[in-house]
Amino acid sequence: MTEIFGVPTQALFGQLLIGLINGSFYALLSLGLAVIFGLLNIINFTHGAQYMMGAFVAWFLLNQAGLSYWWALVLAPLTVAVFGMIIERTMLKQLYKLDHLYGLLLTFGLALIIHGLFRNQYGSSGMPYAIPAQLAGGQNLGFMFLPNYRAWVIVFSLVVCLSTWFVIEKTKLGSYLRAATENPELVRAFGINVPRMITLTYGFGVGLAALAGVMAAPIYSVNPLMGSDLIIVVFAVVVIGGMGSIMGSIVTGFGLGVIEGLTKVFYPEASNTVIFIIMAIVLMFRPAGLFGTQK
Amino acid sequence: MKHQKLAFVLMVAFFLVAPLVLYPIFLMKVMCFALFAAAFNLLIGYVGLLSFGHAMFLGTAGYVFAHAAKVWGFPPELAVLAGALAAGGLGVVAGLLAIRRQGIYFAMITLALAQMIYFFYLQTPFTHGEDGIQAVPRGRLFGFIDLTNVWALYGTVLIVFLAGFLLIYRIVHSPFGQVLKAIRENEARATSLGYDVDRYKLVAFVLSATLAGVAGAMNALVFQLAALNNVHWSMSGEVVLMTLLGGLGTVFGPVVGALVVIAMENYLAQLGAWVTVTQGVIFVICVLTFRRGVIGELARLIKKPL
Repeated sequence: MTEIFGVPTQALFGQLLIGLINGSFYALLSLGLAVIFGLLNIINFTHGAQYMMGAFVAWFLLNQAGLSYWWALVLAPLTVAVFGMIIERTMLKQLYKLDHLYGLLLTFGLALIIHGLFRNQYGSSGMPYAIPAQLAGGQNLGFMFLPNYRAWVIVFSLVVCLSTWFVIEKTKLGSYLRAATENPELVRAFGINVPRMITLTYGFGVGLAALAGVMAAPIYSVNPLMGSDLIIVVFAVVVIGGMGSIMGSIVTGFGLGVIEGLTKVFYPEASNTVIFIIMAIVLMFRPAGLFGTQK
Repeated sequence: MKHQKLAFVLMVAFFLVAPLVLYPIFLMKVMCFALFAAAFNLLIGYVGLLSFGHAMFLGTAGYVFAHAAKVWGFPPELAVLAGALAAGGLGVVAGLLAIRRQGIYFAMITLALAQMIYFFYLQTPFTHGEDGIQAVPRGRLFGFIDLTNVWALYGTVLIVFLAGFLLIYRIVHSPFGQVLKAIRENEARATSLGYDVDRYKLVAFVLSATLAGVAGAMNALVFQLAALNNVHWSMSGEVVLMTLLGGLGTVFGPVVGALVVIAMENYLAQLGAWVTVTQGVIFVICVLTFRRGVIGELARLIKKPL
């Protein structure tokens, strides 16, 4: 068996793969947080709960309606996005004129409610979700075994992230969004329905979280607690990347996933904390984040 | 000032009479968490900094207290001091990092740092992981007051709580506290007036962390236990809830908030995850319709600060 720095290549590439998978989820979640923050100036604490809801909707669709993973990939983000937009219209909307911290507190409260309700109903042990038949099995790459489903998650997340980047940075719709982030009053004066744009943006960010949840369902089990610790790591990812740049969120998300995976190989004791340590170091030298600009 | 004195007398009277009808252990827990929430309120209420990681100070002090009392055989007063100093030291490090960003970022950074501390305690051997440090001896205060006697313990907790409460009142109403409020209202203005804003923030953060540490050590003394749940992020959320419900930036709000939240946990404990749901609902109601909190609304009614 070949070794690199005294570590078997199998283990190294295995952890690297897990790192890339986690990185996909970090990227999707921090991207959603950044898009929401850009327009709403709210840090969406419910993001972890909405990620979990995405996985649960997929599970319901499969077990109650008999709809496959591929349906869930479309329907779950839509369902959770609608749920999110209702929250935005009924509650978040009332807070835009107040200190941004109230948005954080409200979404934290909502996350507690959602987590509590799901835990009451489903306990804290997870429920399995089978890998779709088309993506079962894997490829032997010679140096490692690559399960098809994991390859799919990485490629598909990359596609979703890059499409989001493209829409926001390169299309007319995206230019409205960027303009509204800079100066909502002025964009409104140009005849664009900014409140509707805000609602749809929140729905989109939440939908990204739910999409990540659907993709996570076959890898981790469907569990009411699956989002609650993850969201804190994603916060750290957001602090490291800075929320100014869409591409920054994507690169930071994938990069930190890989670093976390490598830490599991070389110094497993720190694998839980490495992202927080990186955050502390970044704060010392670049407080605005790697891609951020201090306002 | 007169109504605040009256409110203080009422509060002291409550904690003196209440043990005749309510469990002393429950009341001691309320006092520990009231001090914790008051320390937290020093930051959010008077400097406008929302720390979402205050559990790290509560938990750290609990662990250091328990380790000092049980393994090193420290007397209770020195063990509490060790716990508070450890929390203060952690406060210096966390504060230096967190004050580099403002607003929402400050909240996210403190939350992430607290999560790091949580994982540290989960893995390091001296905390005994999921079991926690159990059966911590209460010992003799100053060598002659036997704290295994519940009334001696109650008196000690009451005195420490009142001392901490009055200290926070003093800090808030000192010239130093006025500068903190100026920073909350308009940070750029405070800077332009020549105040070193970062240093004021750091001092306030360390004071808050140290007092939260006193609360954490006292809590471990009462329950003879230091465990992971006091470092978990849900504890950081609970102290936010107590302060929000009682009234951000009010002197007595955190005490009322702590009383309500701890009572709710005690009497609804058999309902399991419904406690979390209830806490979430209170959060939502407070933010949407009740932002002044119980004491804040009361103060508005009588048109005097409380």
